[in-house]
Amino acid sequence: MPRVNMVQALNMALREEMRRDPRVVVLGEDVGRRGGVFLVTEGLIDEFGEERVIDTPLTEMGIVGVAIGMAMYGLRPVAEIQFIDFIYEAFDQIVNNAAWMRFRSGGMYKIPLVIRGPCCGGIRGGMHHSQSNEAYFMHTPGLYVVMPSRPYDAKGLLKESIRVDDAVIFLEPKSVYRTIREEVPEDDYTVPLGKARIVREGDDVTLVTWGAMVYVAEQAAKIAEEKHGWSVEIIDLRTLLPWDRNAVISSLEKTGRLVIVHEARLFAGPGAEISAYIAENYIDLLRGPIKRVASYDTPFPLVHEKLYMPNVARVYKALMEVMQW
Amino acid sequence: MESHVSEKVDLPFKPLPPEVLEEYSGRLREALGLKRVIDEEGRVVDEGLMPKLPPSEMREIYEYMVRARVIDSWLLKLQRMGRVALHAPNKGQEATAVGTAKPMKPQDWLFPSYRELGAYLVRGMSEEEILDRALNTIDDPLKGSDFAIYGNRKYNIVPAPVPVGNQIPLATGAAMAAKILGHDTVVVAMFGDGASSRGDFHAGLNFAGVFKAPVVFVLQNNQWAISVPVKRQTAAPSFAIKALAYGIPGVRVDGNDVLAVYSVVSEALERARRGEGPTLVEAVTYRLGPHTTADDPGRYRSEEEVKIAERYEPLKRFRKFLDSQGILTEKEALQMEEEWNARVEDIVKRVLEKPGLPKDVFFHNVYERRPWHLEEEYEEFKESLKVAEELGLELEE
Repeated sequence: MPRVNMVQALNMALREEMRRDPRVVVLGEDVGRRGGVFLVTEGLIDEFGEERVIDTPLTEMGIVGVAIGMAMYGLRPVAEIQFIDFIYEAFDQIVNNAAWMRFRSGGMYKIPLVIRGPCCGGIRGGMHHSQSNEAYFMHTPGLYVVMPSRPYDAKGLLKESIRVDDAVIFLEPKSVYRTIREEVPEDDYTVPLGKARIVREGDDVTLVTWGAMVYVAEQAAKIAEEKHGWSVEIIDLRTLLPWDRNAVISSLEKTGRLVIVHEARLFAGPGAEISAYIAENYIDLLRGPIKRVASYDTPFPLVHEKLYMPNVARVYKALMEVMQW
Repeated sequence: MESHVSEKVDLPFKPLPPEVLEEYSGRLREALGLKRVIDEEGRVVDEGLMPKLPPSEMREIYEYMVRARVIDSWLLKLQRMGRVALHAPNKGQEATAVGTAKPMKPQDWLFPSYRELGAYLVRGMSEEEILDRALNTIDDPLKGSDFAIYGNRKYNIVPAPVPVGNQIPLATGAAMAAKILGHDTVVVAMFGDGASSRGDFHAGLNFAGVFKAPVVFVLQNNQWAISVPVKRQTAAPSFAIKALAYGIPGVRVDGNDVLAVYSVVSEALERARRGEGPTLVEAVTYRLGPHTTADDPGRYRSEEEVKIAERYEPLKRFRKFLDSQGILTEKEALQMEEEWNARVEDIVKRVLEKPGLPKDVFFHNVYERRPWHLEEEYEEFKESLKVAEELGLELEE
């Protein structure tokens, strides 16, 4: 089994799906000869040609709008947004067409489309190369929202996303693109949407997170364990819309304490939904208040990004507050 | 029965009158031609287009181009040293930046993109300020907000956006406002060939045409949007021709000929000032460097192409002209470059010594007044710094 990073795993997923299904096409800025600015589509143009690996003019509105039309007609496009921060030009297309075409056509048209791109901070990218904007899409019925944290999941989730008959927003935390390597099977496997992964088992507190924050959470959990002997259960949601409530509830049945950590901003962030759902329906499982750790409600700064995003100190502080309540 | 149809109603079910056809034939020639004052060897090819500038100003224009080249190479060096997060090299596009900014008046507004160092220098921004910005020192005027962009209200330079082209409708709006308020202000928007594919380009030019806004659009056609060549950006034979569909003139100019850019932009600024509306200027140039320091052009374009493009390089060509006119000898030009290099080296040393921005800088300038939730987050932030200290955690590398 090859040991690969997330970029390579995503490339494997695209290559395998394009071989398996001739309807799968890739389009976006610089996805052809350049292989994408992060090389996720590297080499695809050599194997599948310009008809299926399409370097587009520079417009996210065009890329997404055209991909929706392709999907309606019978292709299964994977549209790359070079940095997810640039997706807003395509917002009308994503909400009114990609997400709602099935509904507004009374089910006559489906949109089997993946919109994928690098997200999130940690590379000193400033406000337009660092955003975690999953909450905007989580507020849109008709979409799936996915964010893998490791190569194995990236491959399986992308393959599944390509096969799903609805539009998927597929967010790739670029800070772990090349930092994590693991064994990824060359076989055809998928990871189901809507299923979380238990990263680390624990009995005292449940920490729900996703994307690159999984690694920050692990470090904070280690400190909490060493310093206080607390055992932290970490859940990587992997899919945010719909999120795996069963995984969270089963964990809370053991721990009774919940900390949610995400790189998206706090206000009306993804954690608000999870927190509200648990508080509304499972308050009896809780021994104390839920705590969220998120990026601050300011634009993403170029300087001091590690202080802006949830860091080990902030996650540890939240664990303390929940445990000592 | 009396007819309600006025004599004045004239429905357009007929070809447009011949004078429209004639006007647009003329515009078509401007949009498909290439205006030049000097050729690659610095020889004058169009005396009529030569701007009426005294030798001292010609020399000054060259000096701005040299300064742009020098600061550009320092930013590249500092990026390689790991001191600058990212840099978008300007090399090869100095003539367009300087030639556009030079004829502008101080009250005119500039909405740049991210390859216009020459324009900032012309409008009064110093190398020190550029370095403060790039190195995010305590004096960074944009306070650590984003990389590779510059701007300062002091010089009427609006900070550029990183998302390509989204400044275009803003420029039109600012121009419309200037017109509504009766100000003698013209707005200039600079962007690349890639930006012309965006919806913002369409909206910005369409509004400008409809409302006759005093705005000049300078499209720097540098042949490459990262790896995507011009032929993948448009099937049209030029970008200037796009203007015609918005009812505005489009002029195609040699963007590596600073005198031609100066001339064409001057004319467009004057037109706008006279109330005759917008112009789209397509400046044909070439991005000699990578898209940014994170790019690897070897993956998508040949070295041969770059080598050929070097022949059209704007500094050498203007230098030859100045030398032939006895305005500035090659030797003096070289000396000028050496002097600026030494000067900037000193500035770099000084700026590198400056402290960085305070840790809480990002809590500022979000709102006029922070709402309660952000105040709460600010308090939590300060506490978390204490926790980090107690744990002995180094949060920033």
